[in-house]
Amino acid sequence: MTSILFAILFYFATLMFVVGTFYRISVYTRTPAPLKIPTTPAPIDTGGVVLRMMREVVLFESLFKANLWTWAVGWLFHASLALVLLRHLRYFTEPVWAWVAFIQPFGTYAGITMLLGVAGLWARRIFVERIRYISTPSDHLMLALFMVIAFSGLFMSFIEHTDVVAVKGFMLGLMYFDMQKLPANFVLYVHLFMVAALMMIFPISKLLHAPGVFFSPSRNQADNPREKRHISSWAKQMESGK
Amino acid sequence: MSEITAPAYRVIPIIPALKPGAMEGPGPYVANEKIQEGLGFPGKLVDDWHDKAISKMGELLGKYRSLKVFMDACVHCGACSDKCHYFIGTQDPKNMPVARQDLMRSIYRRYFTLPGKLFPKLVGARDLTREVLDEWHNYYHQCSECRRCSVFCPYGIDTAEVTMAGREILDSVGYGQKYDNEIIGKVHKIGNNLGLPGPALIDTMEGLEEDVKEDTGIDVRFPVDVKGAEVLLITPSADFFAEPHIDSLIGYGKVFHATGTSWTISSMSSEAANFGMFIGNYEQLRKVALRIREAALELGVKRIVVGECGHAWRVAYSFWNTLTGVGDGADQDDQFAMMLQRQLDHRYKQPTHICEFTWDMIERGALSFDKEANDKHIITFHDSCNVARGSRMGGYPGGQFDIPRNIIKAVANHFVEMDPSTTHEKTFCCGGGGGLLTDDLMDLRVKGALPRMEVLKQVADEQGVNFLAVICAICKTQFSKVMPYYGFDRKMVGGVHQLVSNAIKLGAK
Repeated sequence: MTSILFAILFYFATLMFVVGTFYRISVYTRTPAPLKIPTTPAPIDTGGVVLRMMREVVLFESLFKANLWTWAVGWLFHASLALVLLRHLRYFTEPVWAWVAFIQPFGTYAGITMLLGVAGLWARRIFVERIRYISTPSDHLMLALFMVIAFSGLFMSFIEHTDVVAVKGFMLGLMYFDMQKLPANFVLYVHLFMVAALMMIFPISKLLHAPGVFFSPSRNQADNPREKRHISSWAKQMESGK
Repeated sequence: MSEITAPAYRVIPIIPALKPGAMEGPGPYVANEKIQEGLGFPGKLVDDWHDKAISKMGELLGKYRSLKVFMDACVHCGACSDKCHYFIGTQDPKNMPVARQDLMRSIYRRYFTLPGKLFPKLVGARDLTREVLDEWHNYYHQCSECRRCSVFCPYGIDTAEVTMAGREILDSVGYGQKYDNEIIGKVHKIGNNLGLPGPALIDTMEGLEEDVKEDTGIDVRFPVDVKGAEVLLITPSADFFAEPHIDSLIGYGKVFHATGTSWTISSMSSEAANFGMFIGNYEQLRKVALRIREAALELGVKRIVVGECGHAWRVAYSFWNTLTGVGDGADQDDQFAMMLQRQLDHRYKQPTHICEFTWDMIERGALSFDKEANDKHIITFHDSCNVARGSRMGGYPGGQFDIPRNIIKAVANHFVEMDPSTTHEKTFCCGGGGGLLTDDLMDLRVKGALPRMEVLKQVADEQGVNFLAVICAICKTQFSKVMPYYGFDRKMVGGVHQLVSNAIKLGAK
C-alpha cells in the first residue's frame, strides 16, 4: 500500500516538476527584453557571454565579489548538492554508468558538506541582522527541507542502512511501469517524501533561481548596442508610420 | 523640514546596524494634475487604483523579461544587502536592495503566484493597500537606479529595473513624482530640462564665445542650429548655464576648435538627459530620445557626440539605437533606423562620448596640452554609476573606466585613485541620481553621499586631493550641493573637460 502511495506521489511530483519548470522557462523565453541592460563591463560577443554565464553558474562570481562567507557556504552547498544528485543516478540506471560509480564515494561524503553548507546558510539567516530582516518563513522552511533530506540520507548511508537494492528496484520499476515494493523503512519514507515535496515546490518558488539565472538580461546580454540594433516586437510596432 | 546634517563617517568598512523606519515619510512631492496630464498620465490617484496597479504590473511582467525573472529569482541571500549607498547612509532596512525589491515582490507573489495566493504569510506576500502604494512612492524614490546591487547579485537582479517598474505603476494610477514628470514635460514642450528657449540658448552660446575670446584671445565658436555641421553635440542642458558644468562645455568647444571639427548644438533638441528612463516609461523614454533623431536628420550631421552626463550616456549608448536608430547594424528592411544610419558616418561609433572623441584626438596627436596649467589640482576621479555599470566607451569592456582617466593624465600631472572598492564597477552613486536631484529630497541626498564622501575624505587627508573630476551633470550638481555638509569646498568638483579646457593649447597646431 505504501509503495503504491509513493509511486503515485513520485509520478505526480515528476509531472509537476517537469511541466511546471518547462512552463516557467517558456514564459521567460516568450517575454521580450526590450532594452539592452547588461551590467557593464560586459562581454561584447556571445562567446564572452557564455563564459560570463559559466563563471556565474559554476563559480558564483558575483557572489564572490559580494561576500566571502555567503559565497563559501553557498558554493559548498550547491557543489555538494550537485555531487549528491549525480551520485543518486545509480538508483535510476542499470548497469550503473562508470563515472557515476566513480563519484559514488565522493557523493556520499558530499552529503556531509551539503549539510554543513545548509547549516552555514541558515546560521546567516538567523544571526545576521540584515538577512534575518529579509527572511520569510518559506526561506527557513526551504532550508529545513534540505536539512531533513540531507539528514535522512546520511542516516541511511552511515548509521542504519536501508535495502538500497530494493530501493533501486522500486525506482527502476517506476521508470519502466513495473511496480516493485519499497522497503518498509521510516527514514526512507521521510527522505523520499521530502524529495518529492522539493520537486513539487521547485517551479513555484524561489528555487526558480536555477533556471532564472540563464534568462537574466543583466548577465546574458552582449554589450553591443551601438553595433547591432536591438528591438522588441512590441516596441517595433511604435515605429510604423514614423 | 528639520535641519539636515551629514551622518558621521564610518570606520570603514563596518556595515551599519538597522534602523527600521528611519526614512519613513511621504516621499518627494507628488506631481499635480497639469504635470501628470501633460505626459498622458491620470491627473490624480484614480478611484480604481488597486485594479489598475495590478493590471499594469501584469502588463509590465509580460513586456519586460527583466522584471519577470527578477521577481522570481531572488533567494534572499543578502549579497546586495549592504551595497546600497542609501542604505549605508540612512540605515533604513527598506533601503537594502533586496528589501526594496520585496516591496514589489510581496505584491507579485500575492497576485501572480500560486503559493502567494494560497499562503501569503508563508512566502511574505501581502495585499496591495493604500499604505503599500505610499510606501512605494517613498522608497522607490530612495533608489537612484545606480545598479550597484546588480554587480553583486548572483542572478544579476537589478533593483533599478524594479524601481522603474514601481514608478511606472505609480504614474499609471496618477501618483507621479513632481520633479521628474515636470522636467519631462519641459523637454516635450521646449526641448530641454531647464525650459531654456532657443533665443536664450543662442544668447548663452554667444556669451561663451566672448568669454573664451577674452580669456584666450582666440575665436572659439559655439554654434547653434548649423545645417551641414559634421558633429551634433547633445549635452545636458545644465552645461549651458550651471557651475561647474559650463566649464566643461567650454572644454568641448575648445576641443572641437583645436581639431578643426565643425559642430553644432540644436535649439530644438538641446538636452542629453532623458528622465523617461528614471520613470521607467518606454513611451516617454522614446519620445524624449526622438527629438535627437529629428535634429540629426534635420541638420544632416554625420556624427552625434554626447557631453558629460551619466544616465544620458547610458541612454545614448545602450538605448538610442533601439529607440531612435542612432547607431549601426539595423536590418536592411528596417526603414525607420536605416533612414538615419545611412546618413551617419560609420567610421566612428554612433553615438560617441565626448571623452571618446577627445581621447581619440589625443591619441592621433591632434591636441597638445600645457599640463602645468592644472598643477594646482590634485585630482581624483569619481566613476559615475550609469557610465560605469550601464554603458561603455571605446572598443573593449571597461573602456569607460580607462578613457576618462587617460584624458586626465594627459592634461594634468597629479592624479590619484580613491579606494578601489568604491571605483570602477563598484563605484558609489553620488547620491542624487535617478531622478532624485530635487530639494525636497535633500536629506536623502546628503545621507546617500556618505560612502563617496568618506573615501574622498581619505584621499583628501592622505594625498591632498583638492579636485573631484566627474563626467556627469547630476554628479556635478549633487556634489556641489552636498559637499559643504561634509566640510568640503563646493568648488572641488568639476568636469573632466574643465581640466581639458584649462590645459589645451589653442594656437599651437
